Amino acid sequence: MRNLAVASILVVLSGTFVYMTAGHDITFGRPVNTQMDDYFLARGQEQTGANNVVTAVVFDFRGFDTLGEATVLFVVVLGIGMLFRKLMAREEEESE
Amino acid sequence: MLANVPFIAFALIAIIGLATMIMRKNIIKIILGLGLLEGAVNLFLVALGYRQDGIAPIFTNAPSTKMVLPTVQAMALTSIVIGVATMALLLSFAVFIYKKYGTLNSDSINRLKG
Amino acid sequence: MSKIVRAAADFLYPFVMIFGFYIVLHGHLTPGGGFQGGAVIATGIALMFAAHRYREISLIFKKAIFNVCETFGLLMFITFGFAGIFFGKSFLYNWMVNIPGMLFGEAVAYGQNAGNLNTGGIIPLLNIAVGVEVLGALSLIIYYMLTYVVKMGVNKEDAS
Repeated sequence: MRNLAVASILVVLSGTFVYMTAGHDITFGRPVNTQMDDYFLARGQEQTGANNVVTAVVFDFRGFDTLGEATVLFVVVLGIGMLFRKLMAREEEESE
Repeated sequence: MLANVPFIAFALIAIIGLATMIMRKNIIKIILGLGLLEGAVNLFLVALGYRQDGIAPIFTNAPSTKMVLPTVQAMALTSIVIGVATMALLLSFAVFIYKKYGTLNSDSINRLKG
Repeated sequence: MSKIVRAAADFLYPFVMIFGFYIVLHGHLTPGGGFQGGAVIATGIALMFAAHRYREISLIFKKAIFNVCETFGLLMFITFGFAGIFFGKSFLYNWMVNIPGMLFGEAVAYGQNAGNLNTGGIIPLLNIAVGVEVLGALSLIIYYMLTYVVKMGVNKEDAS
């Protein structure tokens, strides 16, 4: 019963995906809405002074995104440190 | 149909990852399924931005000016770093759960009291 | 690990570090950037952790160094962001670009060019900040897990 439910969910999801790609006519190699990216490619070099457009997007046009990303990495390391420190303290308590 | 092979590959990998996450009981395997799903999403992002005969969007000694879309590549970069961070945190939680319950089977981890 | 692995790791370590810092510094010219370069440097440190004994390597690479790296990188990023406000523009504004005489301030040649390291304004500085942060963060994750395995490990007899 459970496997049947799981299988039906997967079939529905993959069917939705196939319908979406067929309905919106996405083809590999021909992107449709490229106005923003064309702007970055044409003007990004003179506005940011960087030859690498991906770096220009990551660090200049979407700088807030990168700030959030760095914060996520910081918080994750903080969490891992707290977790392992607590684990080690508890096991030392138990072994005594 | 044949031109859309990268999108079909994305669909296959995403469905495999989702099926792994739903059907497996072992927590490590659930986390690996999540990693598979992340990889599929990155593949989808990069494949969406590909332009026929395009080169990487870098002007240093570039042979031509026909370039692929840069924004999706920046998004994939963000997604990779967040994926690594969440994966490390989830594996640490798996260690914690194993030490607390003595098992990694997600069906036997049902005690809610501390 | 055996003596061969240790010697090979010692030999490869400086090249891995140089390659990582090259990727960080040339992030605005060639493929790469702060995140990728930081990951390469952390790989070199993981190689040293894998090759040597824990009690020898933990005397050289202290946990406090990586902690300082991580915090300093994030603080540097936020400081460069607020420097834009200080100079009368918005947060994270690229106020150093195309000002001759400023560090990383030379005007870039538009279109395809050979690449000049002294361009990019604030982007190389943010690259360095992110590179330092990622180097500290990934090394700290490895360090915490390795410390746990060594001290509380699966086989206590193997701990060395």
